[in-house]
Amino acid sequence: MNAVPATVRTLQPPLARAGHADESAKLHPAMNQASSAAEPPPYVRTRAPEWLPRLLAPVIGFAMFVLLWQILAKAGGRLPDPLSTWHSALEVFGNPFYKKGPNDQGIGWNVLASLGRVGVGFGMAALVGIPLGFMLGRFRFLSDMAAPIVSILRPVSPLAWLPIGLMVFKAANPAAIYVIFVCSLWPMIVNTAVGVRQIPQDYLNVARVLNLSEWTVFRKILFPAVLPYMITGVRLSIGVAWLVIVAAEMLTGGVGIGFWVWDEWNNLNVRHIIIAIFTVGIVGLALEQLMILAARRFSYE
Amino acid sequence: MTGRYLQIDKVRMVFETKKGPFCALEEISLDIRSGEFVSLIGHSGCGKSTLLNIVAGLLEATDGHVLLAEREVTGPGPDRGVVFQNHSLLPWLTCFENVQLAVERVFGAAEKKAAVRERVRRALELVQLGHAQHKYPHEISGGMKQRVGIARALSIEPKVLLLDEPFGALDALTRARLQDELMHIVAATQSTVLMVTHDVDEAVLLSDRVVMMTNGPPATIGGILAIDLPRPRDRIALAGHRRYMAPRAELLEFLYRKQMREAA
Repeated sequence: MNAVPATVRTLQPPLARAGHADESAKLHPAMNQASSAAEPPPYVRTRAPEWLPRLLAPVIGFAMFVLLWQILAKAGGRLPDPLSTWHSALEVFGNPFYKKGPNDQGIGWNVLASLGRVGVGFGMAALVGIPLGFMLGRFRFLSDMAAPIVSILRPVSPLAWLPIGLMVFKAANPAAIYVIFVCSLWPMIVNTAVGVRQIPQDYLNVARVLNLSEWTVFRKILFPAVLPYMITGVRLSIGVAWLVIVAAEMLTGGVGIGFWVWDEWNNLNVRHIIIAIFTVGIVGLALEQLMILAARRFSYE
Repeated sequence: MTGRYLQIDKVRMVFETKKGPFCALEEISLDIRSGEFVSLIGHSGCGKSTLLNIVAGLLEATDGHVLLAEREVTGPGPDRGVVFQNHSLLPWLTCFENVQLAVERVFGAAEKKAAVRERVRRALELVQLGHAQHKYPHEISGGMKQRVGIARALSIEPKVLLLDEPFGALDALTRARLQDELMHIVAATQSTVLMVTHDVDEAVLLSDRVVMMTNGPPATIGGILAIDLPRPRDRIALAGHRRYMAPRAELLEFLYRKQMREAA
């Protein structure tokens, strides 16, 4: 069945060449049409779907990671092996929301407590940072005024702010929130200000020739034009905040994933520490993806 | 009064640069009648866009002044409709919303919502884009974007329409179609138009008068050419016509013999 069209094909060129030039011109398309109409395409090349290697690559990568972990665990030391960690994780996540006193709570409560701190600190930073960024972007003088302070304070590790927070608030929880606030602030100020400065002059000319009111300019031109930059700032801020909260909680204690890590270290429960590391990573990834989704929603090109 | 609807009176423009003052325009005086179509033609960099921006109010002339319907132009305002070279549509608004932004500004206070929407709809239909009104700028072609720009400028019923190389970024076929469309719209709306171009055929086909700008700096008006062709004009019928070829030849002569750039 498959061989028939193949032979027709190989026969065709010599046949055409043998005949007159004008005859072959008539014959050629007609024959092609007839053969393709009568028979299905002679062969369909089967190729692996494109998504397969895309899916396979991360799976292989992760498998190699686990294998390496297994080898290291077998080699000695006190590193728990993957399987026992997995069982331990099932146990931990089997009952994530228990409460046995202030310092012994399920991992769910700990993660939620950390997310809560990040949410509050980050929210306040957005309330302050985004309007500030708009102002710095719109008014050259303000931006020149703020430049030295921002440049000096931006590279400082957020944890360096913790003692001042403890001193001012005299309590661990507000101090941790305040550290999140400080570290989330810079990316939002800087990105919003850059966004405002990047607005094409054309858009502002439209506003000028129409004599639009300041409020309309803000709603219809400034805000939508800056939104993608703002979301980038928010994304960077959330990333940094999630990095910092673990460290801050290790120092302040209470309930939270960072504190949990420290507590398990004191209990010498290395399995739980590894579980915490993965939990922090997965939550961070989820936050990042959420922001990327938001950014895609507000991109216009 | 109809003889001097838009008056440009002894306009001079000096820019302050790092190398000292740069005089871009000198002694520009031009009167445009109501309903007249005037083009500014010249080599790029000769300051024709600068002059248009002064009329638009986006730039302030160093000396001299611009009068529109006997009132001095002191800044940008919706009594002048501007079509920018690169359409300048806001990408986060649909075609309808882009035009609505302008209509709302001019008629929003006096008219009801429904009347405003009706104006937007009519403006888009004028440029044959009624079907694409809910599309975003990135979903339509360059020619369509420029048509939305024209609809936006016309929707506010300006006293004068200012076009800054409106078709410069389009391919030749699209440009020709939009030129024809513009001629129909201008005839239908009786608009007064000031257009910047560097396309000789475009200038002759569309204009009642063509203002030829010298190279400068400082640039000034090198001559004004009246195009004495009956309207409506048809590009195909005119293609070999003597009354079309003569002003065309004169413009070419001005641009490529009298005002040829040495370096270019």
